[in-house]
Amino acid sequence: MRHRQDKASARVARSAAPVSAWRRVAVLSALLLGAFGVLGRAFQLQVIDQDFLAAEGSKRFIRKLGIPAHRGAILDRRGEPLALSAPVESLWAVPQDLLDSPKHVEAVAQLLGRRPDEFRSYLKARADRKFVYISDPLSPTEAKRVLSLGAPGVFSDPSYARYYPAGEVAGQLVGFCGRDTTGLEGIEKAQESVLRGSPGARRVIRDRAGHVVEDNLEYVPAQSGQDVQLTIDLRIQYLAYRELKNAVAQHNARGGMIVIADAGTGEVLAIASQPGFNPNNPAERRPPGTRNRVITDSLEPGSTAKPLLVAQALELGLFRPSSTVDTGPGWFKVGALTVHDVHPGGVMDLATILAKSSNVGAAKIGLTLGPQAVWSGFQRFGINEPVYTGFPGEVGSVLRNYSSWGEIATATASYGYGWSVSALHLLRAYAALANDGLMPQIRLIKNGRSVPPQRAISANTAREVRHMMENVVAPGGSALKASIQGYKVAGKTGTTRKLAEGGGYDGNRHEALFVGMVPAERPRLVGLVIIDDPSEGAYYGGLVAAPVFSSVMQGAARLLQISPDGTQMPEDAAPSTTARAPLLLDSKGPKT
Amino acid sequence: MRRGSTWLPLLLILAIVVSALAVVRTKHENRALISELDSLRAERERLDMEWAQLQLEEASLAANNRVEAMARAQLGMTEPRAYEIVEAGP
Repeated sequence: MRHRQDKASARVARSAAPVSAWRRVAVLSALLLGAFGVLGRAFQLQVIDQDFLAAEGSKRFIRKLGIPAHRGAILDRRGEPLALSAPVESLWAVPQDLLDSPKHVEAVAQLLGRRPDEFRSYLKARADRKFVYISDPLSPTEAKRVLSLGAPGVFSDPSYARYYPAGEVAGQLVGFCGRDTTGLEGIEKAQESVLRGSPGARRVIRDRAGHVVEDNLEYVPAQSGQDVQLTIDLRIQYLAYRELKNAVAQHNARGGMIVIADAGTGEVLAIASQPGFNPNNPAERRPPGTRNRVITDSLEPGSTAKPLLVAQALELGLFRPSSTVDTGPGWFKVGALTVHDVHPGGVMDLATILAKSSNVGAAKIGLTLGPQAVWSGFQRFGINEPVYTGFPGEVGSVLRNYSSWGEIATATASYGYGWSVSALHLLRAYAALANDGLMPQIRLIKNGRSVPPQRAISANTAREVRHMMENVVAPGGSALKASIQGYKVAGKTGTTRKLAEGGGYDGNRHEALFVGMVPAERPRLVGLVIIDDPSEGAYYGGLVAAPVFSSVMQGAARLLQISPDGTQMPEDAAPSTTARAPLLLDSKGPKT
Repeated sequence: MRRGSTWLPLLLILAIVVSALAVVRTKHENRALISELDSLRAERERLDMEWAQLQLEEASLAANNRVEAMARAQLGMTEPRAYEIVEAGP
């Protein structure tokens, strides 16, 4: 019993023994240290590293997706597409991966239309690369066919390519885009800011299967590019291009240009030049084919300036339509210069001067008016004003101030030498004659905004000059070949000598011009044709350029349903164009 | 303690559970709708592409030079003249 009691008392004594203070402190400080540790770590994660960690977290489930913006289309006035963006896929390969599977190399080469051994050596030469394009942009279906082979290391890269359904017919006007689909030439360049959209972006959360589950994080909508509608009518454009191309080939000419506009509104219905190019074929995209000569080339107007001079003479009241000028024996000396006529005609009235295109007559009228009046006459028709089409590379005009003109300069300026304009300047001046003296703004883009026409000459003068110009396209005139069955045509020919390389004029190289309007009573259309350096057979504007004008205008009048005003009997009508061969374009059209 | 005071907390707990379930359901519906919206957008994109392709195809089939060549060569068509004498058959 006693033994037991001892035992119990010993236990009590042991448990009640006082704890040494240091142990308490040690435990508490360990706990405190732990607490601080946890807090410190929490502070580090939540405050210091917060941005980094949140970003890393987002990276793992938030995705930024681009929203593509489509480039706008270019349309003609009736909505026919002239330039369109369509999806394409470019195939690329990791060469080594593909080479590891020889049977796939063969199959891929076959589908791409390449010789297998050539394709293999192409890949071998680039075996150390990780990325090689193995095709041009293909249509999505073609690309899918290649991808469905399951060849290792072959991938596709979707993008958009630009197609030009009208091809070379409207090539120089529409222009083209580079590989990155920014406009490099033509309307594509001029209207880049309208056509180009701005791509959008959005940030989304995706689940493991790739479905978007949350997308209200950030959303920048894509702005698709807007369509640009041109004033040209593709049907007339085609007709004009076909006839121009045929004429250039027939006369073995260096080039040519044609432009047709609505006389009232100044809207260009067709504008084409030769040589041409097919914008769908990148290899052809270089000058001179890409140059839109109508807008970017300057030319001497030659005889086509005479109606403008006559209009000024009538406007000033110094001449009347019945006034006559003695052109003498067909030549006339002004100082050191001798002015020649091709068809000497003695005493002529103003209409005959235009019909025979008498240089002597024009020079005498010019000298009677004096340099200032001649200069301001051309000025009335906007010769010194830019055309403001907004087309890249638009050429200005050169008409020196009259104060530096002597007698010779006055005489030559009167029949259209010594100053230069673009074809559009000339067209605009003739539009003023066609539109009863109101000169419209020449426009390529149809966008509601219209600049009011400006008054160049009185309506009466315009009508009188038009009447005189009808004689040009009549038996005895210089351009009978410009006549159109059923319509009265007014116009003027021009045959200018080209500037020679070493200065002066080249006697053997010419430009054949014709500018005219249909129907002559109330003109709806005004057109200009120039054949540059015709080297086969004739070179006169009335023989080379006028027939092109006739056949294009005949077609255009039919397409636009312009009612005939002519009194011509069908029996003695000009031959129709039924037997003409269609234009042969090369077959490199858009791939669809 | 009155009897009503035990029911109130129970009722509130129940309401919390129900609203929590409602939140889950709404969230789920939201995700389903977003997923649908996304696939519709992809569909629109695809249709846009197809539309561009079809326009291009139409334009190249209706190209003036192609139509003209077919009209003249295959169908033997010519431009109408204002005045034409047609010989009647026997």
